[in-house]
Amino acid sequence: MFIGLSGPLGWLVVAVIGEIDEPGSRLGADPGEAVVLFLGIGAIRILLLTLCLSTLRRLFGAPRLIRFRRMVGLFAFTYVLLHFLSYLALLAEFDWKIIQEDLVKRTYITVGFTALLALVPLAVTSTNNWRRRLGSNWQRLHRLVYAIAGLGLLHYFWLTKDGYGEGLLYLVLFVLLMMERLFSAKKSIKLKRHAS
Amino acid sequence: MLIKKPEDIPSYEITPESQFINRRQFVKSVGIVSAGMFSPLASGYTVPEVNEPLTPENIVTGYNNFYEFGTEKMDPSEHAHRLTTAPWQVKVSGEAEMTGEFDLEDVIKGLTVEERIYRFRCVEAWSMVVPWMGIPLKDILARFKPNSNARYVEFTTLYRPSEMPGQKALFSSIDWPYVEGLRIDEAMHPLTIIAVGVYGRKLPNQNGSPWRLIVPWKYGFKGIKSIVSIRFTRRQPVNTWKLIAPSEYGFYANVNPAVDHPRWSQASERRLPSTLFSPNRRPTLPFNGYAEQVASLYDGMDLARQY
Repeated sequence: MFIGLSGPLGWLVVAVIGEIDEPGSRLGADPGEAVVLFLGIGAIRILLLTLCLSTLRRLFGAPRLIRFRRMVGLFAFTYVLLHFLSYLALLAEFDWKIIQEDLVKRTYITVGFTALLALVPLAVTSTNNWRRRLGSNWQRLHRLVYAIAGLGLLHYFWLTKDGYGEGLLYLVLFVLLMMERLFSAKKSIKLKRHAS
Repeated sequence: MLIKKPEDIPSYEITPESQFINRRQFVKSVGIVSAGMFSPLASGYTVPEVNEPLTPENIVTGYNNFYEFGTEKMDPSEHAHRLTTAPWQVKVSGEAEMTGEFDLEDVIKGLTVEERIYRFRCVEAWSMVVPWMGIPLKDILARFKPNSNARYVEFTTLYRPSEMPGQKALFSSIDWPYVEGLRIDEAMHPLTIIAVGVYGRKLPNQNGSPWRLIVPWKYGFKGIKSIVSIRFTRRQPVNTWKLIAPSEYGFYANVNPAVDHPRWSQASERRLPSTLFSPNRRPTLPFNGYAEQVASLYDGMDLARQY
C-alpha cells in the first residue's frame, strides 16, 4: 500500500529532475499544468480510497484493512498539499495578487482551498494521542472527510471543460460509498435498539 | 509506448530538418502545381512581424486541442493518423452564387500559399508562435461569389466517428460536428487565413488537415479544423463552445486581457514551451498584438459584453 501510494510521487520526482535536465522531456510543453493536474487527480483517487477502506472492512469483514486508513488519509493530505503548493509555485509563481484574485473570484479554487483547509485538522488529529483525547468526538470530526471528498469532486468537475467520463466514475463511486454508510448507520441504530 | 514500427513513422519525421524551407517540395505536397508563386508579400499586404521565437515544431504538432480525437493534449497527435484527408470535399451553401460540392484541390488551385508567422493564443491561457503556410480566406471565399446577404460565414468540421474517436466519447457535452463562424468583414480581413501547412510542410492531421481556419487576433478555438462545410448566412452562426457555455465562450472570442474567463484570468499567458521553473509567462496583448490591424472592426462595440 505504501509503495502504491508513494510510487506516483517517486515518478513525479524523477520526472521533475528530468525536466530540469532537459525541459519538455517528461511533462510535456506545459509542465507546470501537468504537475498540478497529476497531484490533483492523485489526491481525489486517494481520498476515495480512504473511503473505500472502511466500506470494504464492513462488507467483507476484513478488520485488518483499517490499519491502513490513517496512512492512506495522510497520503491524501500530502497530495492535496503538494497540489496546492505546486499551484502556488508553478502556476501562480507566488504572485500574491493572482493568488488572491483566484481564491476570491474563481469559485472552483475557493472550493478546492476550502477542502484543503478542512483536511488540516484531520491530519493534525490523526495521531493516537489526539484520538484518545478527543474520544467519541474524534469520529465525528473525521466525518468531515465526506464533505472534503465532495468538495474535491466539485472542484474537479468545475474545472473540466469536456470529457466527463473520469469524473463521473469518481462521482458514482463516491455516491455508492456514501450510500453504504447510510445503510450501515441505519443497521447499527436498529441493532442498538434491539440490544437495549 | 514510444517505440514506433518503421512503417508508422511518417515520412515527414524522416525528412531532414533542412528541407523545412524547401517550399517547392511543400507546394508539391499540398497539390498546388505552379511553383515559384511563393512570396511573403504575394498578397500585397504587409503582415505585422512577430519578433518572438517560434514555438518548436514538435510542440506545435504534439500539444493540441482537437477534441474530435480526445480531450488530452497528446490525444490528437496519437490518434489523428487514422484520419483520411484525401480526397477531401467541401460543401458550400447559403448566400453565394457558387454553391455545391467542391474538391478541396480545385478550390485552392492557383491560389498563393504564404508563410504567416502568427501568435496563437488559446483561451486556456497558453500561447505559441507558429509559422503557418496559408491562403488568405478572402481569396478562397471570393471564388464562391457571396452575395450581399452574406453577413456571416459558418464553418463545420468533419463528422466521422469511425476515424475520430473523440466523437464517440460517451460523456461529452459537445454536440458534434464542431461549428464556428465569423462576421463577413472578419472573414475578409487580410490577416485571416486558411492554413494548409505549418513549418513548411503539409498540415499534420492533428493540426486540422487538410485545411483549417486561423484568425490570429482571436482565441484558438475559433480556428476550426478539418473543414467540410462553408455556409454564407444572414444570421450569426451558433458556434460550438458558445452553445456549451455561453457565459464562458462568446461568438467573437477576441483575445482580450481585460475580460477574464470566469474560471481563470486572461491577463497573462504561458508561452510554450513553458518550463517548470521558468513558466515563460507574459502579458496578453489586446487582440493578441494585432490591435492596430483589427481593432477598427469593432468600433462602437462593448467588448466586455460581446466577448
